[in-house]
Amino acid sequence: MNGIHDMGGLQDMGPVRIEKDEPVFHAPWEGRVYAMYNAIDGGWPAGSGRYERELIPPAEYLRMSYYERWLHSLSELLVKNGLVTRAELASGTAAGGNDKGRKVLHAAQVRATIARGFSSRRDVPAVAQFHVGERVRARNLNPTGHTRLPRYVRGRAGTIASDHGVFVFNDSLVQGHGESPQHVYSVRFAARELWGSDAPAHDSVYVDLWDEHLEPA
Amino acid sequence: MTPGLGAAGEPGHAHDAEHQDLPSDPALRTKALESVLVGRGLVDRAALDELVDTYEHQIGPRNGARVVAHAWVDADYKRRLLENGTAAIAELGYGGTEGENMVVVENTPRVHNLIVCTLCSCYPWPVLGLPPVWYKSAAYRARSVIDPRGLLRELGLELPPDIEVRVWDSTAEVRYLVLPERPPGTEKLTESELAALVTRDAMVGIARVAPPAGSVPA
Repeated sequence: MNGIHDMGGLQDMGPVRIEKDEPVFHAPWEGRVYAMYNAIDGGWPAGSGRYERELIPPAEYLRMSYYERWLHSLSELLVKNGLVTRAELASGTAAGGNDKGRKVLHAAQVRATIARGFSSRRDVPAVAQFHVGERVRARNLNPTGHTRLPRYVRGRAGTIASDHGVFVFNDSLVQGHGESPQHVYSVRFAARELWGSDAPAHDSVYVDLWDEHLEPA
Repeated sequence: MTPGLGAAGEPGHAHDAEHQDLPSDPALRTKALESVLVGRGLVDRAALDELVDTYEHQIGPRNGARVVAHAWVDADYKRRLLENGTAAIAELGYGGTEGENMVVVENTPRVHNLIVCTLCSCYPWPVLGLPPVWYKSAAYRARSVIDPRGLLRELGLELPPDIEVRVWDSTAEVRYLVLPERPPGTEKLTESELAALVTRDAMVGIARVAPPAGSVPA
């Protein structure tokens, strides 16, 4: 989706302000939202919260703080997946139980769960469509759903810098079309290819792209 | 901040809204959400406490600083780190969520690396903790790929024209860490003294590691 979240290359977004001695969370509620999002076993595909945030209308997206977007996306996912109702979110009172039998993360499991992680690398055979050193072009795709192909590289030529191996294809997974595991590459795009002849000659941007994002150049 | 519950306190109103009522206080909405999830038996409140504590107190940029310092003093470790970041970082006991697949990129006198996630907020949690607000900001996500030199200059890092700038956009499930250059005047420091010099900003690539205070530049 060509949404506001796809920000690479936008201009006049203001200065980058670095807060000195920044706390991890600026208010307790941020930590609670963060924790609920990571604790819940919602049954939705990994990355669904991210897609929900991409669906926030642009003006609201820009106005909201980072954890407001998380709060919004978590609430939407919970409602859409039938785990809670909007009435409950408004009242703050549960009107049912764990009816779908979702798994509950307990405190004693937290450390091990974090340490284990949740890799989207897949140990399945998938033929690499491209090889290191090969010239490729990012396809000019404009899907209306979730995609990891940023606008600023579409139609641009680059070089396969490395092959990360086989991973779940998030564009497919988040749309409910399955994992579709395929190779992910680090693709080097010269700054001049992306931004024109005024860009420094030797600078570049490396973007991680899947087989389906690429075509031979 | 909306005083009181306001519109969010009226079930009918929120129920009909296509989007959740945005103006209401996120702290109150979060409290309501947590009560519902706990009440339904979907989350364990103690697990939430543990998650918050972990990222506030256990997992943060000191982890990454240890990785960097170890690479500075052990050439063999540095080689392993650049070849397979995930495995080498795991040697020091770090890994897991949002660091399952790590790539470490090395700054040298000829190359400067910068990490961003233009689409979202991807960041190597096991070694840097949760990302700071500036990393997630529109300004950083937008500008880092089109004008990294101008951005870094504003942040106080002037890069010479002959250095190559490589920006790494974390668009997939690989997470990046910058191995900064070891500053001059640190030959006699211990590994833990070196780690104390390494900053989060240097491991993202918006700064260099400064020489120790009081050291005389060569």
